[in-house]
Amino acid sequence: MLSWLPENVSTYGGDIDSMISLIYYVVGAWFLLTYGAMILFLILYRRREGRRATYITGERLGEAAWILVPCVIVLGLDLWMDFRGAEVWAKVMGRVPPSDLRVQVTAKQFNWEILYPGPDGQFGTEDDLLLENELHVPVNKVVAVVLKSKDVIHSFFLPHLRLKQDAVPGREIKAWFEATKPGQYEIPCAELCGFGHSGMKGWLHVYPAEEYQQWVKARWPSS
Amino acid sequence: MAKTHIMAAGVETRTATGIPTGKMGVWWFLASEIVLFGGLIGVYIMSRLGSTGWPEMAAHLSVPIGTLNTFVLLTSSLTMVLAFAAVEKGDQKGMRTWLLWTVLLGLTFLVIKAFEWGSEIGAGFPLTAGGFWAFYYTMTGLHALHVLGGVVVNSILFLSALMGLLGRNEHRVELAGLYWHFVDVVWIFLFPLLYLSW
Amino acid sequence: MSARVGVEGPVSFWRTYVFSTDHKTIAKQYLAIGLSWAIVGGLLAYLMRWQLAYPETPVPGFGWVPEPHMVTGIIPPEFYNMLVTMHGTIMVFFVAMPILLGAFGNFLIPLMIGAQDMAFPRLNMLSVWTFALSSLVLLISFFVPGGAAAAGWTGYPPLSAKAIYTGVDWGLNLWILALALEFASFLMGGINFLTTTVNLRAPGLSMFRLPLLVWMQITAAVLFMLSVGPLIAGAVMLLLDRVAGTSFYLPEGGGDPLLWQHLFWFFGHPEVYVILLPGLGIILEILPVFSRKPIFGYRPFIYSTIAVGILSFIVWAHHQFLSGMDPRLAMPFSITTILISVPFALMVFAMIATLWRGSIRFPTPMLFTLGTLAVFLIGGLTGIFNGSAPVDIYIHDTYFVVSHFHYTLVAVTFFASFAGLYFWFPKMFGRMMNETLGKIHFWLTFLFFNAVFIPMFLLGAGGMMRRIANPMQYDFLQPLQPMNVFATIASILLLLGQIPFVINFFWSLFAGKVAERNPWQANTLEWTAPSPPPHGNFETVPVVYRGPYEYSHPSVTEDWLPQDRPAVPTAVS
Repeated sequence: MLSWLPENVSTYGGDIDSMISLIYYVVGAWFLLTYGAMILFLILYRRREGRRATYITGERLGEAAWILVPCVIVLGLDLWMDFRGAEVWAKVMGRVPPSDLRVQVTAKQFNWEILYPGPDGQFGTEDDLLLENELHVPVNKVVAVVLKSKDVIHSFFLPHLRLKQDAVPGREIKAWFEATKPGQYEIPCAELCGFGHSGMKGWLHVYPAEEYQQWVKARWPSS
Repeated sequence: MAKTHIMAAGVETRTATGIPTGKMGVWWFLASEIVLFGGLIGVYIMSRLGSTGWPEMAAHLSVPIGTLNTFVLLTSSLTMVLAFAAVEKGDQKGMRTWLLWTVLLGLTFLVIKAFEWGSEIGAGFPLTAGGFWAFYYTMTGLHALHVLGGVVVNSILFLSALMGLLGRNEHRVELAGLYWHFVDVVWIFLFPLLYLSW
Repeated sequence: MSARVGVEGPVSFWRTYVFSTDHKTIAKQYLAIGLSWAIVGGLLAYLMRWQLAYPETPVPGFGWVPEPHMVTGIIPPEFYNMLVTMHGTIMVFFVAMPILLGAFGNFLIPLMIGAQDMAFPRLNMLSVWTFALSSLVLLISFFVPGGAAAAGWTGYPPLSAKAIYTGVDWGLNLWILALALEFASFLMGGINFLTTTVNLRAPGLSMFRLPLLVWMQITAAVLFMLSVGPLIAGAVMLLLDRVAGTSFYLPEGGGDPLLWQHLFWFFGHPEVYVILLPGLGIILEILPVFSRKPIFGYRPFIYSTIAVGILSFIVWAHHQFLSGMDPRLAMPFSITTILISVPFALMVFAMIATLWRGSIRFPTPMLFTLGTLAVFLIGGLTGIFNGSAPVDIYIHDTYFVVSHFHYTLVAVTFFASFAGLYFWFPKMFGRMMNETLGKIHFWLTFLFFNAVFIPMFLLGAGGMMRRIANPMQYDFLQPLQPMNVFATIASILLLLGQIPFVINFFWSLFAGKVAERNPWQANTLEWTAPSPPPHGNFETVPVVYRGPYEYSHPSVTEDWLPQDRPAVPTAVS
């Protein structure tokens, strides 16, 4: 299953993928144990001539221990996984780290409107640039995103960066990412938003430092 | 094991717990109603805490009329209790009288409410006039529907008693009473939350 | 099935089969409506699966659907959104609830507790008629201009709060009304189940001698009754936003879209346990019968069920990790979610422990019981991925979630229901179902169910989003498309695999082997009544002397010991 994950090009993507792996192996072990026990018992204890079932109620502590102890182990493993996960969650969804580039992404039926603040770094000024469905960023730089919506709930999904965040009308929601490899990555919408939900997508363009400067110069010639 | 059969106002019914079956049914029903109104009231409170301007909007409600309606409903709960007391004493005429009073007071409540709504809408505050008003009409509207339901039930009981059809089912007056008291209690919450802008 | 004879003499056809207050007839009415909707839900799934595997090609067999719904058999995106919405709505509210609670709960509770009927038979009739009305309203919603609801079974506003966002107008209003009626129907049913179980138990039947199925049904009833209120309030508010111009959920009017999500999921999460618990209850009855052993840990089961019930009220926001709610809420909800896996783990371990040292037979009900366990286990294990908030960042709104909830819900809605149908068919209809057809049905269902949904875990891992009509529109999904094709072919075979059941069910109704009172040699009280039981169920009120799972007890020679057999002094051996 793990090999089906798309290529990870995100700084925190590895943390998320590690959590997926961790849970995969723990859950996989439980799967083998429980299925194994079940199939074993089904074979061993098939009805056989002359052999009667044993009257076991499971209510005596010695018997109940056989299911209580595994439950305690389940609890322990579950809590451990949760606390490991808490660190990753805080890293991705907690405070946005100091960013090198800020963009505003406004979702609408059925496009991503991406607003760049331009060289002055301020939104709402002359050099702002609005593009549809194109997000251009430099590699290895923190990009801070403010998510908005003009109409219904959409969801900003970057599979290769392991980022997803709902865009809710009436709210401004912060998210961030740092891409580790140049390339083009799709930005699908991941929340049903109407008849154009399927096919609503943008493109993330990640550039090496030099090419990103060229892109900036082409867009803002006077800078 | 508890008594297997109990007599409730002359009616025998099987029960493993000693609680009359009809009464238990009504309590389960009221539990679900508590969550319904509780949910709505909870949402209102949270919305009000997170918003501005609602006390100003609420000031347009008439506290005197709201107080009158509260008094009307409380009195109707009293007459309902008296109706059931009459049942327990075997006083058929008393039961019918008090039931009729309960029905009339319930209708009075609804008429006053309708009048209030009319004047509020006329003053320019319909359902769409803002967050507070949306909640006000929804909450009092849902409550009024429940009052109407209670009036219908009580009317049926009254008419059945009048036509001599109630027979061995007089304990239903107590069950209807439980529902009626609940409707009253909901209003006791709605009144201060809506009318007394703080 | 002859016209029932009441105190007043023979009763008309209408009173016996249509306007009946007999819990057994009402159960069959719920079953009939639920199974009919299951066919509709399955066909909607077929349409979706065809579109996903072969986008924008005509769906075989559906060329007759007129425009604008379908265009020469091809599914436009608006129609696809409707399919997704109605498949979910139908399966949860119009298949799972009526079959698991309406049919099995109504049929079995009075019989298992030794009562003549439910506490409020006329309320019971009203509940099934309200349900029939809600079904009619939902059916009509397909045929109004604009079509049926298309905002997902979860109906998130603002998409669902303004007709212009979906293009669906009356269809969505009727959807809300149908659900409101359905909720009313099951509230009435819940009152009946609870009052009946608590108050009408036979002498000697303490709460701790009740069959686990009854415990599961009443826990489900409590969960439903205590969780649905806020959603009813929320639904009223949604309807007002749609038709009366309010803005409870519309930000431009001061409302909050997230309010709906909290109200919906506060109900929605307990709701899935409302569906799950009765299904588990069914297999907990069948497991000991065919292992000839008591259920392992009867009291721990009850305590786990109560724990699940309580915990189910405090996990709801795990559906909303990415919704824009305060991220600090994620950890508390993650922890409560992880805690709820513990009582379920206990139940799974206890079920497997029941097999230990048993004497296991494998008739069709047992096969479906084991199938339920096998399928439910995968569902539960994959829930761990979803409950971990950082993992959810990636898999939320992907096919991973879809597969997880199909593994848990189909386990109970289909596998457990089939187990129950094959098991209690003799009691319900007085005849046995055919074993060979039953076994064929099981293996086809088990094989093809897994063939449909295991690929979906992989699709989810690959990032395929939910509710998209055409995966080929995305570059990164194209390599995954063979999985979609595989799942679609498997789903068609899964649907065809239900044919043996349909044939078996109807043939056995009329020509199955006549059933004896207790063909499975089971202990619980329903097996002491005739097959099928008459109006009033028992010739004499049973008296209960022991718990329900005394199989292979050392003090008796037979390997079963009915609840109502008087205790005899045991000889010292």
